[in-house]
Amino acid sequence: MLARRLLLSDRGGMIVLALLLLMTILVPVLNLMVPPESPWHVSTYLVTLLGKFLTYALLALAVDLIWGYAGILSLGHGAFFALGGYAMGMYLMRQIGTRGVYGHPELPDFMVFLNWDSLPWYWWGFDMFWFAMLMVVLVPGLLALVFGWLAFRSRVTGVYFAIITQALTFALMLAFFRNEMGFGGNNGLTDFKDILGFSIQARETRVGLFVASAIALILGYLACRYIVTSRFGRVVVAIRDAENRVRFSGYRVESYKLWLFVFSAMLAGIAGALYVPQVGIINPGEFSPLSSIELVVWVATGGRGTLYGAVTGAFVVNYAKTWFTTAYPELWLFALGALFVLVTLLLPRGLVGLIRRRRREEDDS
Amino acid sequence: MTHPHHPRLARWLCTLILILGAGPVASADPLQPAGLESDEARTPAVLDSAAAPATLTLVPGEQDAAAADPHSLTPETLAVSEPAPVLDFAALVARLPEGSFRERAAIAVSIAETGDPRAVEVLGALLEGQLEVSRETPPRILIRTADTQVDALSGEVWSESVQTARVPVNSPLRGQLRALIARLNLSHPETRVRLDAVDRLMTSGSAAPLVDLLGARLLVEEDAAVREAIQVTLAMVDLQAGDAQQRLGAIAVLRGALAPEVRAAVTRVAEIDPDEQVRAAAGEALDSIQRRLQWYGFLENLFFGLSLGSVLLLAAVGLAITFGVMGVINMAHGELIMIGAYTTWLIQLALPQHLEYSVLIAIPAAFMVAGLVGIAIERGVIRFLYGRPLETLLATFGISLILQQAVRSLFSPLNRAVASPDWLSGSLQINPVLSITYGRLYILVFSLMVFVALLIVLKRTDLGLKVRAVSQNRAMARALGVRAGWVDALTFGLGAGIAGVAGVALSQLTNVGPNLGQSYIIDSFMVVVFGGVGNLWGTLVGAMGLGVLNKFMEPYLGAVLAKILVLIFIILFIQKRPRGLFPQKGRAAET
Amino acid sequence: MLRPSLFRSGPALAAGVFALTLGAPTLQAADTIKVGVLHSLSGTMAISETTLKDTMLMLVEEQNRQGGLLGKPLEAVVVDPASDWPLFAERTRELLDKEKVAAIFGCWTSVSRKSVLPVIEELNGVLFYPVQYEGEESSRNVFYTGAAPNQQAIPAVDYLMNEIGVERWVLAGTDYVYPRTTNRILEAYLKSKGVAADDIMINYTPFGHSDWQSIVAEIKRFGSQGKKTAVVSTINGDANVPFYRELGNQGISAEDIPVVAFSVGEEELSGIDTRPLVGHLAAWNYFMSVDNPVNAAFIEQWHGFIKDPKRVTNDPMEAHYIGFNMWVKAVEKAGTTDPDAVIDAMIGVQVPNLTGGISEMLPNHHITKPVLIGEIQSDGQFEVVWQTDALVPGEAWSPYIESNQNIIADWRDPIRCGNYNTLTKTCSGQGL
Repeated sequence: MLARRLLLSDRGGMIVLALLLLMTILVPVLNLMVPPESPWHVSTYLVTLLGKFLTYALLALAVDLIWGYAGILSLGHGAFFALGGYAMGMYLMRQIGTRGVYGHPELPDFMVFLNWDSLPWYWWGFDMFWFAMLMVVLVPGLLALVFGWLAFRSRVTGVYFAIITQALTFALMLAFFRNEMGFGGNNGLTDFKDILGFSIQARETRVGLFVASAIALILGYLACRYIVTSRFGRVVVAIRDAENRVRFSGYRVESYKLWLFVFSAMLAGIAGALYVPQVGIINPGEFSPLSSIELVVWVATGGRGTLYGAVTGAFVVNYAKTWFTTAYPELWLFALGALFVLVTLLLPRGLVGLIRRRRREEDDS
Repeated sequence: MTHPHHPRLARWLCTLILILGAGPVASADPLQPAGLESDEARTPAVLDSAAAPATLTLVPGEQDAAAADPHSLTPETLAVSEPAPVLDFAALVARLPEGSFRERAAIAVSIAETGDPRAVEVLGALLEGQLEVSRETPPRILIRTADTQVDALSGEVWSESVQTARVPVNSPLRGQLRALIARLNLSHPETRVRLDAVDRLMTSGSAAPLVDLLGARLLVEEDAAVREAIQVTLAMVDLQAGDAQQRLGAIAVLRGALAPEVRAAVTRVAEIDPDEQVRAAAGEALDSIQRRLQWYGFLENLFFGLSLGSVLLLAAVGLAITFGVMGVINMAHGELIMIGAYTTWLIQLALPQHLEYSVLIAIPAAFMVAGLVGIAIERGVIRFLYGRPLETLLATFGISLILQQAVRSLFSPLNRAVASPDWLSGSLQINPVLSITYGRLYILVFSLMVFVALLIVLKRTDLGLKVRAVSQNRAMARALGVRAGWVDALTFGLGAGIAGVAGVALSQLTNVGPNLGQSYIIDSFMVVVFGGVGNLWGTLVGAMGLGVLNKFMEPYLGAVLAKILVLIFIILFIQKRPRGLFPQKGRAAET
Repeated sequence: MLRPSLFRSGPALAAGVFALTLGAPTLQAADTIKVGVLHSLSGTMAISETTLKDTMLMLVEEQNRQGGLLGKPLEAVVVDPASDWPLFAERTRELLDKEKVAAIFGCWTSVSRKSVLPVIEELNGVLFYPVQYEGEESSRNVFYTGAAPNQQAIPAVDYLMNEIGVERWVLAGTDYVYPRTTNRILEAYLKSKGVAADDIMINYTPFGHSDWQSIVAEIKRFGSQGKKTAVVSTINGDANVPFYRELGNQGISAEDIPVVAFSVGEEELSGIDTRPLVGHLAAWNYFMSVDNPVNAAFIEQWHGFIKDPKRVTNDPMEAHYIGFNMWVKAVEKAGTTDPDAVIDAMIGVQVPNLTGGISEMLPNHHITKPVLIGEIQSDGQFEVVWQTDALVPGEAWSPYIESNQNIIADWRDPIRCGNYNTLTKTCSGQGL
């Protein structure tokens, strides 16, 4: 019953999920079992790269959920991603123990350097994995709750909402750049050693993180799918299409929006937490308004309003970025800029919209 | 009154040689070419200076006194200056290119003391880096002006170009040269030059040996400002050296002075003077100085805030049109500013001879270039997206990336140097603690002019009427025969053109490079949203308000925290009043 | 396994397949030695780093003209980390894991180096880092050819103190780790020289700070207390132009309050109207204006390579020049490009630098360099006003930071540690 609701009615989603599952199984096998000389070997570099793409896809999913289904454009979703990342980073910093440059048993290197003699209160508890994981979802969730409550209650919508979310992430970026904040300033958190006792540099750990990201994406996908196919989801879509009518029908529009926004922020936080151990660093650059806008384009390129479109978009754009910045670095911004323009002008439904249209044409003929 | 005598004079010279002229430059134009005045102008100054210190020979015994000074010369360098009286002006000038900076400084002192009428000119040229030595034997010393070379000794003009090398100067030497020239300029016929000379003697703390000279000048001086400056300078000497009565008198004179040196000296007296009465008087004088300083500090902060506000206004006012009137979120606005700045640079490149005017020419040029780019963006992309503001945001963001990278590919990723014309440099010195930089003052005035011009265009012209009509009710306007598409293009072009003009102003304050636009885009949006979309007055008040708020918080919180708090303030403000300070009223505002 | 019909099913699949092909092993051309070049060619750091990429291409080309290395031609592998710090780590992994480069020349900012560090240690690569930095680090896999704080900051302060008689100090910097560390070292150093705490003002601003009115006004007030004042600037990149402009406009000239900068070189000056800057100072280990035949040849080679006689040379370029030549010598000495052998062979290698001396790689992976103080001239060049008599050895751990007492870096036997405590004889540094 549930399976039918989540999957069968969603052909594109099924294909994407099937591919994800295939990748989740194949990549670890090809990395760990196949000898490096074989042409079928998947290098650890690629495992990490794909793992990063998976977390980006999860983030795109979070954006699509609120933009595609509720019509709320957030230009600050990078902030929730980064906050989740910082929570994970703080856990990883505490795991370094005495292996830091200054060998302090408790304080991370940058605090020793700033002459601090004890951990600030907001670092307490981050040595425990469960606590850190709780914070990964709680901190972005709480921020989204407060911010969304203020914004939706006073009916800040559309463009205004987009601009103040941008202000939010910009303010957070400036704040995290400050060394006095206690999050490592511009350098951020880095030089991680291990996670849950496993060395973060070991190939097996990397594969494990890859698998964890893939599973998180699959579960996140199913959860989003569950939401959008539920009654809650249908109200949300109705709000997107005619907010006042829904309000006048007696629904509390604000709370629908708010809970969706909070869930989306938590999803972004989880994506950030999985991203950090794989790339090995988290710093305030992740808060930059630019990257938040860029991730909106992943969704737009893939096709907003379809969850698998967001996942597709994240993979396509980031793969293109990797390829361009290696092959033609100076052309990358031209390509990205042109993508922004062309997608908004010609492909309002994104790549998946293009494919769906073609299929419909084929069916008609 | 104390009288100059030899050991003191020696110490003064030594101190002069090694101390830079400390303290702020009092003049609006610190590079006043003192050495390039006419002959008549120069003569009395030289006569005066020659009359005061009779001889400058450094007697060996006096070296000990000099050595006690922390900035004293080493015996080796003194040895260089010792044979000074033996050499005449020509021989000294010929020796300028040789040796180290310290030796050059010693020679400069000797040149000043020869009393030769050409001294000011030669030292001035050295100061400006215009003194050159020809690569021939024997080398000649030349003074380079814009297109000629003049022999420093004979005054003969050399039309043919000779291979030359610049006589090197460094900062300490420049400071000393200024003090030397100041002394020679005490009787200069121009009031401005005399005032600068006195101020420099006071701020560099080198007035003590010259009290007689200053006193004599005070008797004949007619200009009130110069008289006051001399009195303050003499009082400063008295404060340090006179008896209790003299010190009290000095404090009375200094009560009204604001110069930081005066404050430092009075503070010292208030703390350590042996005489209780003097200490009390100094304390009282200090309070009065302090009160005035606070007032001027407030004024200064206000100006800083308005100046920051004017930059925000310039950056945001174009956006107020495209966003406020047309409902288009133009993320490429920052890049249009950048295009304006690059236009300024290109015009300077094309007109290297007319630096003074190139900025003025750049204003209409930048307006045209950015405006045309804006119209192209509107016709090519935005017109397909009306009514879908979020899509315009994404599309124009793409355009902004393309423009940035285009500039990188065309002009290289390096920043470009845009020079400021002289009339935009320097500052208007209102008093020793309050000065207003010309560049910022003009930009403040300019931003208000742009604002008023825009207001007139929108409220008083045919175009403005159509723009407002289309923005309020598109269908009705079209029904009445307004060509909506054409009006859209022109409106967007107007907003873009204003952005280009903002770029001209910003090129005078900051880097001209591919990243220029990005640094202003978020601030611009904040201003427009804060002020109220669709209301130009809101943009003005918003920009100035945020600028002043930022600058009054900055001294207490630092630049970063102030900015963060301003952002948080805006976020909360929007929750309270979602349509900004001055919301647009009426039915149009609801759609 | 993958049926062709599936290809039509969606771009997601295509993306997946593309991504997989990324990892397909490229055929190793066994007859070249690969050299990785890891400098941002896009984004905010492109402004500084693009030049270093070109420098490396020039050096590689020159080496190949002279017959390559160990009888094989060199091949430069250029990647673009796009000023994105996590991407630096990713690209390093790509260079080492996929391209199998023998050495990497790259990074500019400290955060990019910190991001690369775990990867380069994990995969046992060799990195040459060409920019002046804050010290407090010595990795087995990294060779630091830029200046450590004692090769730039301390001599500059000595010059101001002894030659100009400065008594009051403004330490102004951008808020990140290099200025923070440098200022901390300088503060301790100044205090050790008897400067009172009241005579030191420390100020931090964010990246790209453009409105300097209040801060310059404060510096002006601070500098008008009757004592000679100087500004020691660790202000980074783009913030410098508005800073110097504001100084000039508020009437502060180099004679009143000189500014000595550690991040302003010839390349930065080429984008600035230099008139308001004349007389201000910079401390580096190399200036383009240094007059000697080696430097003249280098400049000529550069102009020929870049095909633009107006391009300038600067200090990080010299650092790459030294680093590259040292690596070539070490590889020749070791007879192989194997990282372990090269890392051991590097120590003690001596090559000529561009200022007329011979730089040597020290056991702490830093090099010996001269320190030059230059005054900015109106043509955008520097006039050297002071320089150290001998080459200064780089210190990884500044003795002016308390916790660094007794810490040394020595990568020779028997210590082999970048963070060795000479008291406890352990290799994990301070605090214990």
